[in-house]
Amino acid sequence: MRTQDEAAIVACIPSLRRYARGLVSDATRADDLVQDTLERAWSRFGMWQRRGDMRAWMFGIMHNRFIDGVRAGRSRPEDSVGDELPEIPQRATQADRIEVRDLDRVLQRLPPEQRETLLLVAVEQMSYLEAAAIMGVPVGTVMSRLARARERLRAELQGGAPAAQPAVTLRQVK
Amino acid sequence: MDPSSHLKPIPGGGGGDGPVTEADLHAFADGQLAETRRAQIELFLRDRPAERQRVADWRAQNEALRQWLDPVVSEPLPLRLPLSSAAHGWHRGPWRAMAAGVLIAVASAGSAWWLRGAVDDGAGPLASWVAPSSSAADGSGVAGANTLRGFAYRAAVAHAVYSPDARRPVEVSAADEQALVTWLTKRMGTAVKPPDLRGVGYALIGGRLLPGDKGPVAQFMFDGAKGQRLTLYVTREDAGRETAFRFGQDGPVNVFYWVDKDFGYALSAGADRAELLRVAQAVYGQLERR
Repeated sequence: MRTQDEAAIVACIPSLRRYARGLVSDATRADDLVQDTLERAWSRFGMWQRRGDMRAWMFGIMHNRFIDGVRAGRSRPEDSVGDELPEIPQRATQADRIEVRDLDRVLQRLPPEQRETLLLVAVEQMSYLEAAAIMGVPVGTVMSRLARARERLRAELQGGAPAAQPAVTLRQVK
Repeated sequence: MDPSSHLKPIPGGGGGDGPVTEADLHAFADGQLAETRRAQIELFLRDRPAERQRVADWRAQNEALRQWLDPVVSEPLPLRLPLSSAAHGWHRGPWRAMAAGVLIAVASAGSAWWLRGAVDDGAGPLASWVAPSSSAADGSGVAGANTLRGFAYRAAVAHAVYSPDARRPVEVSAADEQALVTWLTKRMGTAVKPPDLRGVGYALIGGRLLPGDKGPVAQFMFDGAKGQRLTLYVTREDAGRETAFRFGQDGPVNVFYWVDKDFGYALSAGADRAELLRVAQAVYGQLERR
């Protein structure tokens, strides 16, 4: 492996850690995900073959590891309960300030695919096309996940109109 | 849901380059529109306060998420992360099973470094494993078998330099142990904490930061009832260079050393091998209780 390729992988680590922290919240578990991703990257480096950029490749690996973990954990009740339930009693009423604690809590309650999408776009500041490639879905799916995630956050954190049904979040503007 | 619904035009959003869609609003909020389109959306939002509020809320979400998560980028990297293919190779190699099976791993909880393993009372796996490998270091005359290199050598030198110093053996004394831990953790970029060796007759004197070959190294110093000193050197090492648990000597200093993942550890003392082993056993046993 060439030194600059190794350096390119290592250069991804800080943003991978940021992404992982948003995905799973707990710092130790987040770094478990990063470690898992790196080990996978080192072992599969030959498959990269310099197609496309390293960052997308690394985030794609993390996406796969994360989703695999989500699927493996779905049998555990604590991971699936409440995913789709709006948290009415603690809904914020003021729009201007979002508390980190609330943000983390609401984010962790989003369906994993929506959480990924929002983080890739909002925090990693990826284009919708990049996010779509990383998650292996059409851009349209990225847009609908993004819309749902944002409406959910608005409803729970910013006092926005509650999104009673997910489909409503994509309704046409009247 | 129809995945293309985001492309549906918003009524009244016509003009320019086609009708305004929900996707346009997101792209506007995310700064992902070309300039001409951006200007069109801005115009579109001018007399639509509800939509303007939604976009503002999305932007506030983006901002809040970044404020929360961006600091992660500047955190020191956890040392357990494999930073090279070589490190990876070590993890997958035959050493992995050996290291895990014999004794040591860096606890992933991140609270402190600790030694982990299946060590029983007395002459447990450690002794039985080390004994055959270190027979050459017992003075059997095999040249080079006990020559110290790399961090083990530096640990021996550091021990020789600092441990005889009666008045200033450490930078931060054990009386300020919490400050010592905080300081070393900050400088090392990972949680570093001295083991408690009082059970085997060694009290913590304190510790110091030292230059290693690539960065900071922590040295903890202990002393025994008769004033005999022992140091534990904790460093970040390229994994794969040293993997076994070894003994070596540098002049009067005996060193018991090993590498686990990215960490190198060296226990140095004037004491003999059996005494070093005894101390090491105590350290492992301590982990069991943790």
